[in-house]
Amino acid sequence: MTTQHVDAVDHIPSRRDPADIQRAHDTGLVATGLYHAYQRLTVLDLDSFAIAPGDRHAVIGPNGAGKSTLLHLLAGSTRAQTGTITYQGQTITRRGTAWRARAGIGRTFQHPTVYPGLTVLDCVRMGGWHHRHHPDRKPLELLELVGLTNRADDPAATLPHGHRRMLDLAVALAGQPRVLLLDEPAGGLTDTDLTRLLDILGTLPGWMAVILVEHHMDVVAALADWITVLHHGRRYFDGPADHVRADPTVRALYLGTTQAGHAARP
Amino acid sequence: MTARLPLPHSWDDLRRWVPWLLPLGAATTLAAASDGYWPATVARMLPLALLAVSVATVTSAAGLPTLGQVAPYAAGAYTTARLALAGHTLAPVQLVAAALVGAVTAGLLGMLLVRHRTTVVLMLSLAVAELTTITAARWRTVSGGTDGLAGIPAPRLLPGTPALTGDRPMLLYATAVTVAATAATMQVLYRHHLLLTAVRGNESRAAASGHPVTTYLWLVHTGAGAIAGTAGALLIHTHRWITPADVGFDTAALALLAAVIGGAHSPPGAAVAAVLVLGVRDVAAADWPGHAPLLLGALFVAAVYLLPGGLTAVPTRLRTEIRRVRATRRPEPLPAVSRRTP
Repeated sequence: MTTQHVDAVDHIPSRRDPADIQRAHDTGLVATGLYHAYQRLTVLDLDSFAIAPGDRHAVIGPNGAGKSTLLHLLAGSTRAQTGTITYQGQTITRRGTAWRARAGIGRTFQHPTVYPGLTVLDCVRMGGWHHRHHPDRKPLELLELVGLTNRADDPAATLPHGHRRMLDLAVALAGQPRVLLLDEPAGGLTDTDLTRLLDILGTLPGWMAVILVEHHMDVVAALADWITVLHHGRRYFDGPADHVRADPTVRALYLGTTQAGHAARP
Repeated sequence: MTARLPLPHSWDDLRRWVPWLLPLGAATTLAAASDGYWPATVARMLPLALLAVSVATVTSAAGLPTLGQVAPYAAGAYTTARLALAGHTLAPVQLVAAALVGAVTAGLLGMLLVRHRTTVVLMLSLAVAELTTITAARWRTVSGGTDGLAGIPAPRLLPGTPALTGDRPMLLYATAVTVAATAATMQVLYRHHLLLTAVRGNESRAAASGHPVTTYLWLVHTGAGAIAGTAGALLIHTHRWITPADVGFDTAALALLAAVIGGAHSPPGAAVAAVLVLGVRDVAAADWPGHAPLLLGALFVAAVYLLPGGLTAVPTRLRTEIRRVRATRRPEPLPAVSRRTP
């Protein structure tokens, strides 16, 4: 994504309704005062971030804006240097990735990851290991959902990129997450796979909260009801998806204005 | 995983037991057909074989190459020696105590080791191996210092039975313990094969699916410590003396070498390779004094270059090669044009 130069931004308070934030405090995921730096380079400095059940929250911004770092901090794969994260009213800042996953925070990866020694079906089984006695959906049903039924017995390492991404999503869904973190799920997908991805994400249950980091604006437009724009690790803009996409500054900076084709959708 | 151990309900199932019965048959044959030298020599190789099983378990199941299994090995050995010297000579009691102490030792060390990976683990475990020797040499009240402990009473299988002092009964006993411990290890690994393969293959994905990766690796390390502790007990039972040199870097290196030669993904292969390694060092090099390390080095280089995957991968590689050769020798079908020619 091409971006124009923007000076370092000040902290801009979230425009979210306090009632939504309170709902997120009680039943969803809330981060407050998150700060993370690599040596002296600040990669994330976010005063607050909240998502409640049923929200579809997209995080956009140029490369290096801190989007993936935000997901890492929320998933627990990176420890926040300062700040507090609460989930369903409980502080989880010091909890590790596995604990958070078992508590209901699932994720996919920017570079889709599989278990190289396992078959496709076993990968999904591993994803739903902690729910294997009472699964919402059986592994084969999930493979059918992502279109990999015919590859069930193939080694996962032999899958092409697009199929790996779909498998990553199936593995994440097998964990029956209440908050699903999607890190560029549309990256590298063919049009067919992209259509399937949108179908899948469109049918996610209403109680599930989804945080979507994505460059592909068609996916953001189709899924998100709230968008946060990050720049230099800070919130540059946030609001309902329609408002953000209509904002001329955001359009100019991150949506590539009208010449970027599908990226800008009024 | 190379071996599975179900109960033998049928002939098909019985076939799966054959690999486990072979060592027992070989030991029985050797004990019956040979004089005291060979049974005693082979019996004294088996503690290292079981230690190699422990090393291969940590290396294969947890993906952590280690030299540090000599610590639980030493703990098990000194526990057994002290129990025997205190008059507790029942072998089952000694084996259980050694396994427990080995597990505790490995569990404590695992808290440090399993947080790291690859060469860092190898370096830390090297330090563990060196510290084990130093501790054994300095802790005189337990180890007897550099002089070691000698005159350890022979074990008894059951209360009231005579002590296992003969070379032939000792060979059968040591083989049975080694095979049973290896089979139990394989059974546990087989039951958790899926989980361990996943964790070893992709830790990030496993953690993101709720698997406590470090805890799993710690459990493998601790369980392997129990096997190493058992090997330590077997060392005392077969040798009936111990010095700090028996639990030092040389032993750790031989066990890791056996795991590499046998196939790091096959604990039984590591056990077989340990016997092979000791055979090269103590038997083949007997006529070439002072050159045993050279032979072992050559064996290691040959294993790395000629046997990728170790001894246990040889049958698969042979099958693949035979298929390839057959495919190249198969005559190509005649072109359609030539068949039409009158």
